[in-house]
Amino acid sequence: MSPLPQPPHDFEDLMTRPSPWLSGEGPQADLVLSTRIRLARNLASVPFTHRAREEQLQGVLLSVSGAAQRSDSFHGGLLLRMDEMSPIERQILVERHLVSHELGDASRPRGIVIASDERLSLMINEEDHLRLQAMTPGFQLAEGWALADRADDELDAGLDFAFSNDIGYLTSCPTNAGTGLRASVLIHLPALVLLDEIQRVLKSVMQVGLNVRGLYGEHSEVMGNLFQISNQTTLGRSERDSIESLERATRHIIEMERQARERMLRDARVQIEDKVWRAYGTLRFCRSIHSREVINLCSAVRLGVALGLEGLCPLHVINELLIVTQPAHLQRLHGSELTPAERNVYRAQLVRERLETAEHGADRSP
Amino acid sequence: MSMLCQICGKSPATVHFTEIHDNKMTEIHVCERCAEEKGLHTPAKKHQFDIADLLAGMVDTMTANEEERVGHVQCPRCRLLYSQFKETGRLGCAECYTAFQFQLRPLLRRIHGDTRHQGKIPARDGEGATRSRQIQRLHDELQRLVEREEFERAASVRDEIRRLELEAETPQEGRA
Repeated sequence: MSPLPQPPHDFEDLMTRPSPWLSGEGPQADLVLSTRIRLARNLASVPFTHRAREEQLQGVLLSVSGAAQRSDSFHGGLLLRMDEMSPIERQILVERHLVSHELGDASRPRGIVIASDERLSLMINEEDHLRLQAMTPGFQLAEGWALADRADDELDAGLDFAFSNDIGYLTSCPTNAGTGLRASVLIHLPALVLLDEIQRVLKSVMQVGLNVRGLYGEHSEVMGNLFQISNQTTLGRSERDSIESLERATRHIIEMERQARERMLRDARVQIEDKVWRAYGTLRFCRSIHSREVINLCSAVRLGVALGLEGLCPLHVINELLIVTQPAHLQRLHGSELTPAERNVYRAQLVRERLETAEHGADRSP
Repeated sequence: MSMLCQICGKSPATVHFTEIHDNKMTEIHVCERCAEEKGLHTPAKKHQFDIADLLAGMVDTMTANEEERVGHVQCPRCRLLYSQFKETGRLGCAECYTAFQFQLRPLLRRIHGDTRHQGKIPARDGEGATRSRQIQRLHDELQRLVEREEFERAASVRDEIRRLELEAETPQEGRA
């Protein structure tokens, strides 16, 4: 029994709205796609998720979603229970980065509360009882932290979090103990990759205690020249400290990427423009395409938009393509399950239509 | 009035030793500077870290026998065995942090490079936690003042620490 009745059109609503964190707006949006702040919390009175009994997790789901409803940050938000959703619907939430693979995989009482503007969300009974997440477009660490910090305070008023003076917030995995904070930026670094300088830059990032990985998490290679940079440690430094050091490192990387782009344009403008327009042409006219190819071609188009080439589509269109061409979104939009081969055909159609619409939109605007 | 250094007799004693010599126990109270000059410099904090590092080393070089013994340590609340934690990397409940504290401390140090929380605190824990961190900060301040030989200010910081420590103890006794 869920405390919030959940008519199916709510999920539909969510589906039809583009993710606000992919709006292509915000500071440095031509390089930084999004900023994410995550806080891990547990209830003091219940064993951690993997060790708790079914009925205890039901209790956590109830009390946490209740506290969320009473908070200003999540008031009127949407509660989705994983056990009441189809596998494709769960996968859609994973593809939108609202839900982790662990939560999306769940058969236990797990859920997510999504605040009305979708920037804030709260996973319940993931690895930790609470995983509070703030996603903002562009490079907005301070704003993201302010959102998450306030929501955390509001939830804290109604819940008893596991906390010790020495170690701080107690988490299921000791790698998160302390602040429970993971702050990260998703950044596009095509010039550093192309000029073969990326390894050196990433190595220097790791030396200052930050972590770098590819767009789709630990288990996949980097696609589309997209990297996620995040803080590594959570104990012995304040949230502000961790965020500031991520901010400094990111600014440094942005600077390096911009310099690399300038050099690239100076030395090989024609080749770069050719690469961008060939990528755009393939996306605009393809008849069957794999999602990996979409991601890599979108990287080239994104670079072109950032370099100010005229006639390409706006950033938010490219950002949305990255999401809607994923298998679950594709099948949901199509309205039925598709084989991988059928998916490639439908994906190509979707990409062509989106880019065509964007071109017409551009024609109409002055 | 704070205790003065037994060597110079001027600065407040902030380093305290217990020396055992010819079966006789002697307490020594000296200031930071004299301790350093006499090669007695082992502040309590650094000492603890050395032990933690030592433990960290020991955990890696444990014999199968010792490993088995540590593995049998069990959390009294959720019944998780330390050996289960080592397999999965996940603790069972908040209490595990206390039950396995001697094993976890060196581990936390290796992961984070530190073992002391510096971030935000839940509002309801606020008073106690704020106080204990305030005490920690004053201790650091005291050390700095002593190093700079600002003894008058150091003495007043010491008094402030005493007051806070007393305040921290009083309600606890009331509850027990």
